[in-house]
Amino acid sequence: MVLRQKKDRRTHIRKSPGSRAFDICNYLMLTLFCLTILLPFWYLLVLSFDKFGNVTAQDFFLWPREFTLDNYKAVVENPYIWQGYGNTILRTVAGTFLSLICTAMAAYALSKDSFPNRKFWSFFVVFTMFFSGGLIPTYLWIRDLGLLDNRLVLILPGLVGAYNLVLIRNFFKQMPPELEESARIDGAGDFRAFVSIVLPVSKPILATVALWLAVGHWNAWFDCLVYIRDTRKYVLQIILQRIVIEGTIQNISTTEQMTQEFNARPEMVKAACIYFTTLPILCAYPFLQKYFVKGIYVGSLKG
Amino acid sequence: MEKAADARGAPIHSKKRENGLVRTVKAYGRQYQLVLMFLPAVITIALFSYAPMYGLTIAFKDYALLEGIHGSPWVGLENFRKLLTAPSFAEVFRNTVTISFLRILFGFPAPVLLALLLNEVGNVRFKKMVQTISYLPHFLSWVVLAGILIQILSPSSGLVNQIIVMFGGTPIYFVADPRYFVPMLIVTGIWKEVGWGTIVYLAAITSISPELYEAATIDGAGRFQKMLHITLPAIRPVVSIMFILNSGNLINAGFDQIYNLYNPAVYKVADILDTYVYRRGLIDMKYSFSAAAGLFKNVISFALVLTTNGLVKAISGKENGIW
Repeated sequence: MVLRQKKDRRTHIRKSPGSRAFDICNYLMLTLFCLTILLPFWYLLVLSFDKFGNVTAQDFFLWPREFTLDNYKAVVENPYIWQGYGNTILRTVAGTFLSLICTAMAAYALSKDSFPNRKFWSFFVVFTMFFSGGLIPTYLWIRDLGLLDNRLVLILPGLVGAYNLVLIRNFFKQMPPELEESARIDGAGDFRAFVSIVLPVSKPILATVALWLAVGHWNAWFDCLVYIRDTRKYVLQIILQRIVIEGTIQNISTTEQMTQEFNARPEMVKAACIYFTTLPILCAYPFLQKYFVKGIYVGSLKG
Repeated sequence: MEKAADARGAPIHSKKRENGLVRTVKAYGRQYQLVLMFLPAVITIALFSYAPMYGLTIAFKDYALLEGIHGSPWVGLENFRKLLTAPSFAEVFRNTVTISFLRILFGFPAPVLLALLLNEVGNVRFKKMVQTISYLPHFLSWVVLAGILIQILSPSSGLVNQIIVMFGGTPIYFVADPRYFVPMLIVTGIWKEVGWGTIVYLAAITSISPELYEAATIDGAGRFQKMLHITLPAIRPVVSIMFILNSGNLINAGFDQIYNLYNPAVYKVADILDTYVYRRGLIDMKYSFSAAAGLFKNVISFALVLTTNGLVKAISGKENGIW
C-alpha cells in the first residue's frame, strides 16, 4: 500500500513540469543552505593548514596556498590546551555520570505515587525552571560557600536539571507496573528494583539524557568564566575563548617561539586551535544525532 | 498555617498536630529508600537554586563586602530607582527587546520553512544528508562558533568579505559596525539553530495521513498547493505552541552569542540585560545595582513564562502546558 503510494507520487512527479521545477528549486535551495554551513567550516580547515600567513580581502582560496602542519604544531605544543582538554574531559565524564545517576534516582522517587508529598516535591523541582536567584546572588552565595576555584562548582549547581528529571520521570511513569512486580515478590526494595529492573529497561532515554548532559558539559564555559580564576583549572572552551576571541595568546603561551608562531600567522593558528579542540564533537555528532533526536520526540509527545 | 496558629492558641489541639507530624515522619520513614534516592537532588537544588534566592535581598540593600548579604543595610527601592533612571539601562532594555523581537520575527518561521522544504525531498539519502549537516552548528558552543564567525566575517581575511570584494563590493566590518551587528546576530542565530528546530515540525508532518495527499492529488492539486493546504494547516497546532513558547523568551536576547561576538564598538546596539548585569556586577562589582537589574529581568521573564504557559493550555488543552 505504502509502496504503491510512493510509486504514484513518483510517476506524478515525472508527469508534471511544474512539479519538476519545484523539485529543482527545492534541491537547489537546500544545497545552497548546506553550503552556507559547510563553507565556513571548510574555509577554516583550509586556513588551519595554510602557511602563507597574510590574507587580504582580494584573496579568495578554497585550498591551502602553501600546505603546512606548523599551525597544529603550535597548538599541540601549548600545554594549556592539553590541560584544558583534561579539565573538560574530567568535568564531562564526572558531571555526566553523577548528573545521570542523581537525576534518574530522583525521577524514580517522584514517579511513585507512594512518595510522600509528591506534588509538592515535583513543584519544588519544576519551579527552578522558571525562577532563579540570578547571576549576582548566585555568584555571591557560591563565593560565601568557598566554592570559587573548586572544580565541584562546575558539576554540582547543575547536578539535577528540572527538564531532564521530568522527561525521565514521565518515562518511568508509563512503564507497566508488572515489570517491577517479579522483583518485588522476591523481596527487593525500591532501590534494588530500580537498579535491577528499571534502569536496564530505560537505557534508551538514559542514553539520550546522558548525551545531552555530555554535550552540555563539553560546551559549557560560563560557569568556568565566573567561578574559576586558576588558569590550570580552565576548561577547553575558556582557553579557546582566550586565544581565539580575545587573541591573548601572551597570557597562556609558555615559550617565546610559540608566541612568534602565533604572531606570524594568527588567523591560521586560531583556526587550528578551533579544529583541534572541536574535533571530538565533529567526529561524534553524525553518529550520535539520532539519539538526540529521539529525546526530542519523546519530549514533544509527553512534555 | 492554620494548624500552627491553633497549636499556639489552643493547647487542646497540640496533640492532634503532633499526630500529624508523627504521621508525616512515619510516611517518609516507610519510604526511606525513595527518600534517600531523592536526597541528592533536594540538597543540590536547595543549595544552588533556592539558597541564592535569599541573596536577591541585596537588590534592596546596599551591599558591602565586609557586612555580607545579611548584614548590609536596607535601602528600599533605591537600587531600582537608580536603575530605571540610568540612561544606559533604557538603552539596554530597548536592545534586549529589539533583538529578541527580531529573532522571533525572522528566526521563528525559518525552521517551519526548512521543514516544509525537507518534507518535499523525495530522495531519502539527500534529506538525511541535509539534516545531518544542518544539525552541525547546534552541537557547537557559541565560543567555537564565534571564533569561526569572527574569522569568516573579518574585513580582511574573511571568506564573506572576499566574496563581497569578488563581486565588486567593499568589505563590511560585520562585528564592529553598529549598522550590521544586529542583523549579523539574527542571521547567525538562525544559522545555528534552524536545522535543529525542524525536528519538532518534521515529527508533526510524519503523522499526517497520506490519504489526504492522495485525495488532493486526485483533485488535481499541485505540490505547492498540497504543501500550502495540507501540510501547513496540519502542523498549525505545533507551530502555534512553538510560537507561544518562543514569545516567552522575549526578554532573553541570547547571552552566549552576544557575549562572544560583541565589543565596545557595538555596545550601543548589542548590550542586553544579561551582558549588562554581567559587566556591571562581576567586572565593576556593583553587586546591589546589578542584582536589581537581574531581578527586574527575572520577574519579567517569570511573568512571560506564566502567560505563555497559560496560553498554551488554553489553546491546546491542559496536557500541553509545561506543568
